[in-house]
Amino acid sequence: MSLSGKVAIAGAFEHPTRWAPEKTELQIMAESARGALADCGLSIRDVDGLASAGISMGVMGVVQLAEYLNLKPRWLDGTNIGGSSFVAHVAHAGAAIHAGLCEVVLILYGSTAASNALAIGTGLGGGGRDPAQAFVGPYGLTTVGSYALVARRHMEQYGTTSEQLAEIAVTMRRHAALNPEAKMRRPIGVEDVLASRLISEPLHLLDCCIISDGGGALVVTSAARARDLRRPPVLVLGSGEAVAHQELGAPDLLTIAARQSGTQALAMAGVRHADLDLCTVYDSFTITVLATLENLGFCKPGEGGAFVSGGRIGLGGELPVNPDGGGLSSNHPGMRGIFLVIEAVRQLRGECGPRQVEGARLALAHGTGGTLGVAHSGATLVLGRD
Amino acid sequence: MAKEIRHPAPAADGETRAYWEGAARGELVLQRCGACGTVQHRPRALCVSCLSDAIEHFVASGRGRLHTFTVTHQNQAPGFREACPYVLAYVDLEEGPRVLTNVVGCDPAALRIGLPVRVDFAPTEGEFPVPVFRPA
Repeated sequence: MSLSGKVAIAGAFEHPTRWAPEKTELQIMAESARGALADCGLSIRDVDGLASAGISMGVMGVVQLAEYLNLKPRWLDGTNIGGSSFVAHVAHAGAAIHAGLCEVVLILYGSTAASNALAIGTGLGGGGRDPAQAFVGPYGLTTVGSYALVARRHMEQYGTTSEQLAEIAVTMRRHAALNPEAKMRRPIGVEDVLASRLISEPLHLLDCCIISDGGGALVVTSAARARDLRRPPVLVLGSGEAVAHQELGAPDLLTIAARQSGTQALAMAGVRHADLDLCTVYDSFTITVLATLENLGFCKPGEGGAFVSGGRIGLGGELPVNPDGGGLSSNHPGMRGIFLVIEAVRQLRGECGPRQVEGARLALAHGTGGTLGVAHSGATLVLGRD
Repeated sequence: MAKEIRHPAPAADGETRAYWEGAARGELVLQRCGACGTVQHRPRALCVSCLSDAIEHFVASGRGRLHTFTVTHQNQAPGFREACPYVLAYVDLEEGPRVLTNVVGCDPAALRIGLPVRVDFAPTEGEFPVPVFRPA
């Protein structure tokens, strides 16, 4: 029996902070929980399921979070598959609610990545004791470098240009200018991206997401219960998860997890690409957006460069992507998946003011966790108005 | 002039020791399954195609072609910070595997995808060297 349409996101909250050196990560999560519960009109006492993941959360992270909130949930999910985790948590929570394991799930994220000066993109290196790492660490693979390997290969195979990648960054910044909470709002042009310093060729500084502090929360419950709450329910219509990795040693760098998870999510929802009003995709780097849109099937492999050009992924275009400004311009506290869902929910409720996608009824959210060039996870949700 | 990369030591264990000991002899060692013939990399204790443990090691030709590469201008990790810009790449080995590596001994501006390369071995901070590649 399909889960499609049986559960809903009832509450959503994005913490407005982008810089919070005086706050702890647990505090940001608790403040976000307060926001999402107030949004839907539920109390912390109604919560009987808890899901979270984080860069600095250890094995016992969700237990420590439950203690901080003095919660004793009857369902826990500490799935950590990188930045896509929270997209997956929504589907996991939906399955648990549908199976009767719990009724109200709180999904939380909080991070002080920026004020901790966490070098997410360019600070990796070293051997370590993990034998798998032995084939990566000695070579100075950075997060940016991993995506740059994919970008270079895409350029070689399909003629994709740095200008086309830059269009993505420019579009996200244009969206951020309409979002009062976005960290980077000054408009940029393609020439600004190309003139910014190279981090790992062919990716420039402005091809890379920002690093901020921040957090967010989602409340998931049954569609029936959500209909009695304060805000219009956003139904979970489809979901999918996937991994892509080194396989037996010959990874296809241009076929990413989104191909599998997106196909599954769209089929489950019974939705075609043309039905979707907007898309939120993890934009860790400009190439991530291009590769994700291709692999989700919005265009054919190799056509991503043309697809992202000409305003097609901007507000008013054929498929608006990340109207909030995404990780490239709004916020990126280390793991960004929760914001993909939050923005999709806000858009479907029609509460986005100047950045509202007019009449949005159907949205797709896709998170990537890990690094495209080495190993990563993908999680997709198709969400719709009731 | 940037310094050479100070490669961190790779951690070897029972599954990967043959690979690293090969590297110490100047050989690029790959695995082939004695039961189903599948070549796999990175090394594992069993063939994950058929789950046989009849794993055989063989010396690869060390020849390959550049599949993709990036000139890394920023890496804050010690050993790499001083070596920027350096070249990170995937090389397609003749035997099939596509390996992550560094390309050394050439002007990064002269690199192009498809370039023939051959293996070389660079010392690390530990017992074993790591395979790197040079233009052939």
